Order: sequence, then C-alpha cells, then structure tokens
Amino acid sequence: MNLDDLLEITKAEEERTSQFKHRVLICVAAGCVSCQSLLVKDALLKEVKERGLEDQVQIKGVGCLGLCTVGPLMIVEPAGIMYQAVKPEDAKEILDSLGKKPVKRLECDGNAPFFKRQQKIVLENCGKIDPERIEEYIAAGGYQALYKVLRDMAPNRVIDEITKSGLRGRGGGGFPTGLKWQAVAKASSNTKYVICNADEGDPGAFMDRSVLESDPHRVIEGMAIAGFAVGAQSAYIYIRAEYPLAIKRLKIAIQQAERNGLLGNQIFNTPFNFSIKLRLGAGAFVCGEETALIASIEGRRGMPRPRPPFPAEFGLWGYPTLINNVETFANVPPIIAKGGDWYAGIGTEKSKGTKVFAIAGRVVNTGLIEVPMGSKLRDLVFDIGGGIPGGKKFKAVQTGGPSGGCIPAEHLDMSLDYESLASIGSIMGSGGMIVMDETSCMVDVAKFFIEFTMSESCGKCIPCRVGTSQIYNLLCKITEGRGEVGDIDQLEELCDLVKNTSLCGLGMTAPNPVLSTLRYFRHEYMEHISKKTCSAGVCRMKNN
Amino acid sequence: METNIASSTAPSQSAVKEAGKPAEDGRWKVVNRTMRLNGYSQHALIETLHSVQEAFGYLDMGALKYVAEQLKLPLSLVYGVATFYHFFSLKPAGEHTCVVCTGTACYIAGVPTIIEGIQKKYEVGPGETTSDGKISILTARCLGSCGLAPAVVFDGEVAGKLSAEAVLEKLGRWVA
Repeated sequence: MNLDDLLEITKAEEERTSQFKHRVLICVAAGCVSCQSLLVKDALLKEVKERGLEDQVQIKGVGCLGLCTVGPLMIVEPAGIMYQAVKPEDAKEILDSLGKKPVKRLECDGNAPFFKRQQKIVLENCGKIDPERIEEYIAAGGYQALYKVLRDMAPNRVIDEITKSGLRGRGGGGFPTGLKWQAVAKASSNTKYVICNADEGDPGAFMDRSVLESDPHRVIEGMAIAGFAVGAQSAYIYIRAEYPLAIKRLKIAIQQAERNGLLGNQIFNTPFNFSIKLRLGAGAFVCGEETALIASIEGRRGMPRPRPPFPAEFGLWGYPTLINNVETFANVPPIIAKGGDWYAGIGTEKSKGTKVFAIAGRVVNTGLIEVPMGSKLRDLVFDIGGGIPGGKKFKAVQTGGPSGGCIPAEHLDMSLDYESLASIGSIMGSGGMIVMDETSCMVDVAKFFIEFTMSESCGKCIPCRVGTSQIYNLLCKITEGRGEVGDIDQLEELCDLVKNTSLCGLGMTAPNPVLSTLRYFRHEYMEHISKKTCSAGVCRMKNN
Repeated sequence: METNIASSTAPSQSAVKEAGKPAEDGRWKVVNRTMRLNGYSQHALIETLHSVQEAFGYLDMGALKYVAEQLKLPLSLVYGVATFYHFFSLKPAGEHTCVVCTGTACYIAGVPTIIEGIQKKYEVGPGETTSDGKISILTARCLGSCGLAPAVVFDGEVAGKLSAEAVLEKLGRWVA
C-alpha cells in the first residue's frame, strides 16, 4: 500500500457513489439499532430490489447521526433530507418520494440548533460513512495522516505537533497528551505498548461506544500514529464486553486494515510494524483506571497500584506503556492532517479543540453532540438540548459521572473547559451529561452515585472501601427520614478523608457528587433532616 | 446482524444444563481453542473465562477447576478473578432474562419504580431468579442507550422508554 493506492481507492469510491441518483443513509449505531433501524434498512433494500432500482438508489448503514431520542434516523442524499422515527412500513413512501417532495410527517429539521450549533472533528465521519467498509474511511481522507507521519515525519516531530495542538486526555483526567507521549518516547526499552482505553464505565456516557461503532478506523489510525511516535509495535484496545456491536465493528476494522497493509509489518513500505489486539473487559468500573486496566489485560483482578512508577515507565508486563482514551486517539489523525496550530485555534486558552458529549436525562433532545471547548452550558442544555420537556424547571446538570458533580442553574453561563468545571467542584470527565429537573432529589442523586462507587470499589484501600459505604449509610439514613443534626458535618468529614487518602482516582473522586450537592443544594439536605420532607417527592418519608 | 446489547449479560438458555466433562461435552472445544490460541498463557485467563461463559452461560466450579488446571493457575486466583468481575456469573440464569439498566439517565427516568414493581409482583430482586426458574432479573450499569431511558433488555433485545406497567406486562407473558 502506498499513497497512490489510497488515492485510487478514493477515486473508485467516488465513482461508485456518483453512480447513484439517490443515497439513503440509515443510522446503524446501537441507539438506533435498538429502535429497529436494521429492519428499516432491510425493508428499504427489499423495496429497492422489487422496483429494480439497485443501480440508482443506494441504501447504506452509517454511524451515529446524534439525535438518539427520535431514532431511527436517516438522511436522503443528495437532497439532504433528514427523517426521524422511521418504521419499516414507511419504506414504500420514502422510495416514492425520492426526487419529489419529502415525506412531511417523518421529516426532522436538519437546520435545528441541535445540528447547526455543533462543530465536528471527532465525529466528522459519523453518519456519513459505512463503519464496516475501510474504503469509505479512506475516501474520506483516512490513513493519509498515517502515511504522512511514516513517510515525512520523525517521531519527535509528531509529538511536537500533538504538543502544539494542546490536546488533553479526553478520558476525564485532562493530562496533556503531548507530555504523555513524550514520557513514553523517552523511556528506554525495545518493547513498548500502546493501549486504547475503551472501558467506558461511567453511567450516562456513550461517546466512546458511538465513535467505535461509527468510525473505528479513525481510532486505529490514531493508535498507529501514537505507536510510531513513542516507538511501540504492539497495541491493545481494552473494551467493555457490554458493547458487542462496537467489538464486532472493531474486529472487522482491524481485519480490513491488516488485509490492506495498514496494520502489520512494514506499513506503507517503511520499517514500521504495528499490530492491534482486542481485550474484553468484564464489567468493573475501576478498570478505567490505568494501572487497574493493565492488571486486567494481564489476566488478573483489576486492582490499581500506587503510582509512581507511572505506566509510561512501568506499564503492561513491566514495559513502558502509553494509555489514551478512544476520543483522544480519534483526535490524532485530524491534528496531523491539518496541523497542531489549526487545532489549537479551537477552544479556550487551556482547553483546546472540541469535546464530544452524551447529553441525556430530562432534556428534549438526547443524544451525541460535539462542541468546541469553552461553549456555554446554557447553550448545550437549552439550545442544542432543546430545554426541559413538560414545562418543568431546570435544576442541575451532572457531568463527569460518578466522579463528577452537579452544576446548578447559577453556573449555567460558565464556559465548558477543564479548569472551569474543576473550579465549581465538578469535572469534565469523559463527557456524560445528565440534565435534571425539579423532579430529581439531589440527596437521592448523591446516594445513587455513592451506591455506584461503593459497589465498584475494588476493596484494596480502606478509605475507599469503608469510606464509601459509611457515606452511603449516612445518605440512606437522611433519605429515609432518620437524619439528625450533625450528619452533614460527619458527611463532610468523611468525604474529605476519602478524597485525600484513597489510592486511585476512583476513591479520590468518589465524594464529588456528595460534595457538590452539599455545596449547591445544602437546603435539600437540611430539609430532609429537619423537616423530614423531600420536596421533589422522590424519597419516601412520613411527611410526604 | 442481531442487536445483542445484553445477550452477554444475559446468559443463553443452554446455561441451565450442567457443564459436562471436558472430554464428552462439545462446548469445551471453544474454550480449548481460546486457550490454545493464547498459547495457554496465564495472561489469557479473562479471555478464557469469557469463552466459558459464552459456551455454558455461567461459570460453575468444575469449569473453574478445569481452567485453573489447564492454565496452571491456583484455583483461588481463578475464583478471585471470576468473582471480581460483574460480568461473570457463577449461577445459571433462568429461562428468560430481564436486564434493567440502572445508569444515571434511566435512574432519574424512573427505574426504581420498575424494580420495585417487579419485586412486589414476583418477589425477586436484582441478581435473583424466580423460584420456578422462569425469570432472572439482572441490572446493568448503563447500556449506553441513555436516549431511550428507561431501558430494559428482554432476552437480549433492548426496549426503551418503558413504564413499570409495560415491563410487568412483558414479564407476565413469559410466566403465562
């Protein structure tokens, strides 16, 4: 494989596409698939066949179109008409309408703020290409960044470019990616590893799954570039077993890349060899922590160990290891293709580029979105998200999953970046965003997250193992109407202890949901304790 | 292409049968193949357990002992790994499985009432199977179908935007 081959595939793909008068693109990512989008696709294929239109109308499955709440979604090109909540029986009507007036009752406004206010880098191919065909990724400019890197750039120049871009870890920590790569590149060892962390365990987050289901080759390309930059030849993708569709598409993508010489030995006729293996997680939230993840790949219980030494020096099987999140790797090809300066031009001073969010909960438009860093939370909830349904009042946004916090209405105008979120007691996290209205009780929400971290605590260090269950007991006491004066003080003391003395990120961030609700919704705690009432009506108390 | 978001959390029906001796039960072929492909490396323990669970629906003591022997690992370590990860089940599942998502979006959309409703009607909580072995109730930590909250997986098929009544009605059809 060389550049000419890539261009040839691109040309052949373009010719193939231009043959068709109409192209119907149906979302086949997990959200729409559970709304039966595959049946819709089959119905359309059958209808096209019956009418003998196979060479005029193309029906293809594409990645996530974003607006999961009204799935299955589809786009008819080149007219650019978008349809929502399509059923198999609508196939006839849709085919009848091709080239004529669109089917009014199914139309979804593609010019709505939900679509127009986004800026897509990571998701640029989502909803456009068939995730199971490498040719379409190549035709969209794929693997050219890898070619450029292998043929024209030295490893340190690649790292410089990533450093210049200001890209930071998208898994939640926000550690500068360039620095991480540099540390692994500097480590002296002939064997090094690259690991892609696809163990997206936060409840309410599905960005990584959607990227892997919609555009798996982008992640593979990003990993190969990282491998070249740090001097690693083998890589692992650690992915949740709960994501069967993403696993299937990744397997297909890896096979296709191997067959086309884009993975394996002497890629693009250079001395660079790179291979990727999949490892399935088995349902342990703590395995998102890098040392626990490494233990799990090694076949052991996923328990973290003290750092340093960091995985950059002592990682998988003791070798220097680079661990990045799916979204981080997905950002790499466009940065190489368009330059670090271009990427650094997007976002805020300290948080560059864009961020993918999974927006869900009590909001009209739930789904997957990508916006520049520094966007206003209010725009996300009320403009892109379409506001709160049913005329209810907004109460809070929860970001960062069990490690994050609840942001109240008074901070809605805050800019979304790593520092601002941290300053108000939440975190960016991996990008899960749950909107809550007045029907949610914040004490109950805090209890929900602590129950989660309590049962997900691996049990290795005492503050996390015992502390989280003590916090949980206190919150149960309060929500059951047995709260006493002094409970809040005790909660604060416990949170402080767990936060400052736990071994890994899970424990260190576990108290965040409690601390942030105590900070902004203290009156709800007080009400539960002194009046024994829950004004949201969630907690069962005698006065309710 | 099937949508089996939770078929893996919901062991197949063949699970009810006891795992036979490796020599006589064809299902062990897949497990042996997994170990062979990984060169009987001890690192492949989790992969091997995945294949056992896929073949048998759950991990019984005999299977754990067999894997420990083959990979030359102490049984305590194998048992430790099998019990550490939620994905592995050490009990056979019921005839039907119902996985209730307890992710954040589903939680605030009313999953507690669904679980309560099930508990009241069938006297089974999360992780339990009805006494007649018909239905297993499981919970999942977010299926990623947050746009469809609350989501429940009935025998591997995801259904979204459900009320407690709708879930009970569906379960009722299994029992009838």
